[in-house]
Amino acid sequence: MRATPFGVGLVAATALSLGFLLLPIVAIFTELSLTELRDGLTSDVARDALRVTAETNLVAMALIIAFGTPTAYLLATRRFRGRALLVTVVELPLVLPPAVAGIGLLAAFGRLGLLGGTFETLGVEIAFTKIAVILAVTFVASPFYVRTAVAAFESVDSDLVAASRTLGAGPGRTFARVALPLASGGLGAGAALAFARGLGEFGATIMFAGSLQGVTQTLSLAVYQEFDVAFANALAIGALLVVASALVLLTAKLIPVWRRFSTSTSTTVSAPSVSR
Amino acid sequence: METVLHFDLDHGLRTFRLSVALEIGAETVALVGPSGAGKSSILRAVAGLLRPERGVVRYGAETWLDTARGVDLPPERRRVGLVFQEYALFPHLDVLGNVAFGATDRRVVPELLERLRIGSLARARPSEISGGERQRVAIARALAREPDVLLLDEPLSALDAHTRVAVRAELHEFLADLRMPTLLVTHDFEDAATLADRVGVLVEGRILQLGSPEELVASPSNSFVASFTGANLLVGSAVAGRDGLTEVVLENGAGSLWSTAAATGRVAVAVYPWEVSLSRKAPDDSAVNHLRAPVASLVPLGNRVRVRVGPITAEVTASSAARLGLREGEVVVASFKATGARLLPLDA
Repeated sequence: MRATPFGVGLVAATALSLGFLLLPIVAIFTELSLTELRDGLTSDVARDALRVTAETNLVAMALIIAFGTPTAYLLATRRFRGRALLVTVVELPLVLPPAVAGIGLLAAFGRLGLLGGTFETLGVEIAFTKIAVILAVTFVASPFYVRTAVAAFESVDSDLVAASRTLGAGPGRTFARVALPLASGGLGAGAALAFARGLGEFGATIMFAGSLQGVTQTLSLAVYQEFDVAFANALAIGALLVVASALVLLTAKLIPVWRRFSTSTSTTVSAPSVSR
Repeated sequence: METVLHFDLDHGLRTFRLSVALEIGAETVALVGPSGAGKSSILRAVAGLLRPERGVVRYGAETWLDTARGVDLPPERRRVGLVFQEYALFPHLDVLGNVAFGATDRRVVPELLERLRIGSLARARPSEISGGERQRVAIARALAREPDVLLLDEPLSALDAHTRVAVRAELHEFLADLRMPTLLVTHDFEDAATLADRVGVLVEGRILQLGSPEELVASPSNSFVASFTGANLLVGSAVAGRDGLTEVVLENGAGSLWSTAAATGRVAVAVYPWEVSLSRKAPDDSAVNHLRAPVASLVPLGNRVRVRVGPITAEVTASSAARLGLREGEVVVASFKATGARLLPLDA
């Protein structure tokens, strides 16, 4: 094939984009010695941040899956007036600036906020506690799960759902035994994407939960706090987040592939018994 | 006492109204019609997957649907076995899992697997088995629920032509032994005639004619039913002719045909391919209708050959075709008797 100016241009632009995207990530690792990495990751700040991140993100993911799955199923299987509006509400956090999400959460759940009085009489304080981190992560990460989950449920063949109903399964049993297993690949991928977004949450958290070490300071917030105190520590935590995010993204991409692969493997394995 | 499925449905579809009433005892009834005639909608309404604007579905003394009284049982509470067109087997379950899915009593499952000869496939996934096997799994799955009524949506259309004939014969035997109200829909009259005790021709939401396959062929009520059952149709205007016969002057000057049936005005002459004989020159026999035309096509069908001669199709044995040395483009004479020329009103 002859190299046309257009082809050369395409390749050059792609190379430049990829270089630009990769350079900061490579820099994190080249600017960091192994000792610095080890010291950074074993520092108190890093350990506390890792614990806070793990605790808050696990609870947030549990909330997202517990409430997002039924929401997605309803949006995927019912057609009603105002559905498009509901979908827009679900997707809103995707485009909302995180700082706005933070100030909004504060206005809703802060001590002087909309529901602040209600929670105060219940003796529950939300702003600047771990609960605030969980709410902030849930708020910004949920659309990544719900959007993917709606698409996954929509792709389940409606005849299979109908077949389940005619076979005596009510709507609940049909959901559990047909829709859920068939959508599970998409749900897994969506959960991985939401988790990746949750790990990187910064803006809403710092506004709504602050950055208190051991309480509300997540890994992302620790990077910000450490970068003018101990730059190497910030880099080390950054390296940890790069690896974690890459793993999560890879998982999200591999789940559908792996599922297809696993079914095709079982084909070859059981084929001889079929022909018998 | 035989329990009867009764339904009477009225529902607006995109371009026409579905308006069908039927009673089905312990027999197989087929609704046959072109695609888009509302066949699947009928099955879905009986199964409870589609709520018609007005309608009643009753099984014996049970009412499944009565829109006037606000009764509409969900599909899981109607004892209906529905075999979907593409079978709709659960891809994440193996054959055993599919059949056991709706089983009211798990003990019936092994017996059903044996009865439908899929016992050896119990651990296979639907994607690993053939079309004919998938159909048997779908039937076993529907029957495992111990339904009162069996519904089949185009049971043979997902199969290739090769397996179709064998599966059709098998299915015919199976359905005949079942002795429960069975309703199937298909676009193929031959499938319907093979499988069903009674056949209804459904066009644009209405049953044009309902009867045994033999009745439909012997006396189609109109030209659509005739063409659907495989007859040649020739359009012309009928006038009383000599010897008490009716003369039909064909349109576009193709000559005249004679029929023993009485009619006047614009009619369709229906004649079945197997009632048409071919010869090199007009034979001197009892057939009064002769059409001279070149052979347009020859399609072998096993021991028969379908020969297109001018405006009509004749079906002759392969040996006759060979004896006559039929070849495309050669002029032959197609003959049929006046008693075989049915005169039918044209569709409004």
